[in-house]
Amino acid sequence: MINNKRVYPDKPTKVYFFGTCLVDLLYPEAGVDGMRLIAREGVKVIYPQNQTCCGQPAWNSGYREQARAVARQQMSCFPNNHPIIVPSGSCAGMMRYHYPELFKGEREETTVQAFAQRIFELTEFLVHVLKINRQDLGKPIKVALHTSCSARREMGVAEEHERLLAQLENVEIAQHMRKEECCGFGGTFAIKHPEISAAMVEEKSDALLQENPERVISGDCGCLMNITGHLKQRESRLRGQHIASFLWERTNATDS
Amino acid sequence: MSNARERIFRRLQQAETGIQIDYDSTFTTNIEMTKAERIAHFCERMTSVSAEVHVTAKDQWLTKLKGIVKEKQLNNLLYAAEGPLGDALTATWTDEDLPPLISKSADIDEWKDELFFGIDAAITSSRAGIAETGTLVIWPTEQEPRTYSLVPPIHIAVLYSDRLYTSFEETIKKEQWRGGMPSNVLLISGPSKSADIEQTLAYGVHGPTELIVLLISE
Amino acid sequence: MQQTVDFQNRSHNALGDPQIRKNFRSAMDGLIQKRRQAFPEREALEQLRWKGEKIKANALSKLPALLAQLEENCVKNGIQVHWAETVEEANHIVLDIMNRHDAKQLIKGKSMVSEEMDLNHFLEQHGIECLESDLGEFIIQLINEKPSHIIAPAIHMNRLQVAKLFNEKFPEIPYTDDVDTMTRNARDILRRKFYEAPVGLSGVNFAVAETGTLCLVENEGNGRMCATVPQVHIAVTGIEKVVEKLSDIPTLLRLLTRSATGQPITTYFNMINAPRQSGEKDGPKEVHLVLLDNGRSRIFQDAELISTLRCIRCGACMNNCPVYARIGGHAYGTTIPGPIGSILEPQKSGLDELGDLPTASTLCGACAEVCPVRIPIPKLLNRLRFEKNRTDETGSVKGAGSGREWKEATLWKLWQILHATPPLYRIGVKIITRLRGLMPTQLGPWTSVRKAPRIAKKSLHELAQEEGFDHE
Repeated sequence: MINNKRVYPDKPTKVYFFGTCLVDLLYPEAGVDGMRLIAREGVKVIYPQNQTCCGQPAWNSGYREQARAVARQQMSCFPNNHPIIVPSGSCAGMMRYHYPELFKGEREETTVQAFAQRIFELTEFLVHVLKINRQDLGKPIKVALHTSCSARREMGVAEEHERLLAQLENVEIAQHMRKEECCGFGGTFAIKHPEISAAMVEEKSDALLQENPERVISGDCGCLMNITGHLKQRESRLRGQHIASFLWERTNATDS
Repeated sequence: MSNARERIFRRLQQAETGIQIDYDSTFTTNIEMTKAERIAHFCERMTSVSAEVHVTAKDQWLTKLKGIVKEKQLNNLLYAAEGPLGDALTATWTDEDLPPLISKSADIDEWKDELFFGIDAAITSSRAGIAETGTLVIWPTEQEPRTYSLVPPIHIAVLYSDRLYTSFEETIKKEQWRGGMPSNVLLISGPSKSADIEQTLAYGVHGPTELIVLLISE
Repeated sequence: MQQTVDFQNRSHNALGDPQIRKNFRSAMDGLIQKRRQAFPEREALEQLRWKGEKIKANALSKLPALLAQLEENCVKNGIQVHWAETVEEANHIVLDIMNRHDAKQLIKGKSMVSEEMDLNHFLEQHGIECLESDLGEFIIQLINEKPSHIIAPAIHMNRLQVAKLFNEKFPEIPYTDDVDTMTRNARDILRRKFYEAPVGLSGVNFAVAETGTLCLVENEGNGRMCATVPQVHIAVTGIEKVVEKLSDIPTLLRLLTRSATGQPITTYFNMINAPRQSGEKDGPKEVHLVLLDNGRSRIFQDAELISTLRCIRCGACMNNCPVYARIGGHAYGTTIPGPIGSILEPQKSGLDELGDLPTASTLCGACAEVCPVRIPIPKLLNRLRFEKNRTDETGSVKGAGSGREWKEATLWKLWQILHATPPLYRIGVKIITRLRGLMPTQLGPWTSVRKAPRIAKKSLHELAQEEGFDHE
């Protein structure tokens, strides 16, 4: 499951960006910042307007037919052979690893396999393909990083998250207790088993707060929505931010 | 219950999962140790689980043993007079201040009471040892029954270092276990222990409370 | 579904019990740490896990042949082999053996299959006393509880709770909460029982087809006692425990003990080949092997779900599971709890009974990451969620389709229409963003511990256009 042997292509001239439904509705600035980070390296970014959701909610709830219909729609948005960049470990994992399972035995099976090969999670693309290394222009800050379980275990990009933050000279990364543990979101899990989910996000937040970070950074908006929603409920001042927005904010001369 | 057997087999044979694996394991590991390393590793592992190891020479182990027996103030020591250590023990167990050696030729069932409640310690030979994990291979025989290494509170085992192998894999292979094993083979790596109460390690649950190894180095 | 309510209630109670929460959390943290230290090199671990997977997958791919070979070699060695399709059959096999020896007492080593059979309960109804001898099992038997963890059955209790229990049950022994003394006391109580019991029972960790060897892994020595001292030894196990060769054993043992408790090896690794031979002075005069199916051959039918049967019962998936760490083993209400239990038990009992368990996971993948035989647990949880909701009749899983609810299915259908029709989606998003002020602040269970998320003013679709990113 862990993909540490991926061979990365040279820098392309064009990429597609798949924003994800959560980013679209709740964290659009993360999507914009992700696209800016790529475009700044001289790569043309295309954002197809017909994209909606990767289909993961239905897939994880056992509604495969519904997931397939939605997945088909997404794939039709990216007709040319450009890499597709996704600012979420979980949606990237869905498209890269679960689309081939979802279409196993279907007529599109081989095209789907080829499509899946074009999927890159944002941080792995920034590190391995664009090889970005920009100067940190921000003031000293201490942040905590929560890497989503799918980014860590499915996409295998936990190290890429850390590396990008480590490039920033004035950023101190606060290591929190059990940082590899799930925050308790899990999509419909949080609705079906709210009490267990609550216990998990409470402990995750305790661990984060204990290190006194000024911000909590994540590459996945599901985790951010879960953790920051809970932090707000506790009236904590700790805010969350998507890693793309944080990177843009720290390295962009004109905007910060 | 042959019906159950038939039904189970029928269902298993019906399955057409079409899976073929054909993986062939071998007795190899990438662990390599010299003899000195094997001895050092064995001692380190054994001591880490609260076993006592005494590295001693061929002509010294009996003296060492006598010292241990006296120091522990044992009231008796169970041994196999007909076993591989028997002659040496019988011949040298002459000191006046030593507790009696006990040897039995009857089935355990006939002296079970004594075995359970009267014996302080038992001494056995070892078929082999495994350095990597700090393990004794006990290969019970008619002379040295399996309960000797199990029931008495103290188990003393003699291990010759030329039988100390690096890994379990190597032991099985070099000793050719596939060619035949006794009714019971035991790997023993320390005294009996449990961590069932609050993850706290306690020694001496149902097996021996103490394991003492006399490792004969030459 | 009654089961759903039960699981929710039990997990609710567990979450509300600070002692349970604390006991599990600290035990799991310790076990995670120990396992990690036992596998210092990642590359070597991955290699070993790969081997473990292959060994068990190989054995399953030849299961009928290996079971026949195991039987043949056991019989050749003098071990009596029995087959049980159901737990009822298995229980009766044990009862018959007991009756044949006119035995009224059974001393037991740890065996999850005997838990699956609910053997103690069954034998007690037939006037036979069962005594658990594994320290953890002994403790929970005193309060008539089931194991809350497959390796450490009494892990839900702390030292003081055990001390109090011992004091209640054995008032003649002076109170102590010292672990060493409590252990010593249990030793004294059980020693007499090992001495007396006419029949001993244990599980089996691995059964080797080519030699007819039954392997038992343990630390306490009670397993050895049960298999050595009584005149009769009964070993009960599932049909999936067979492996092909003796050379498979060292790898599996390495993986099992390190994954379970971080030990390089357990104190005892007991390889049983035969009953007492003529001339031998101890050991059981009869050894019986009871091979239980109880739904395993059904799991075996499915090319994907068959990997469930690779499990070697190390418990690492539960130790590393963030859900298990919060609610503990009893909340699952099954013999085997945690991630492996959530795929195994519903397949055995049916999705109509236990269909809720596959949803009790965030699919975080921690279980699959540590599994020594690389069972893709999240993938199988996902598969069972699908089986539970499927509409066609082709599902091979027991209770397939039983969980489909009209309301939920309709919601997903609407979700599909919205997300497969881009213009509709864009209009929908536009409306929601424009009306974000009207968004309710209470969103059911979500907002019980969280503030509702804030909808953006403009969607990414709109911002991308405004920023001038091309759309094709």
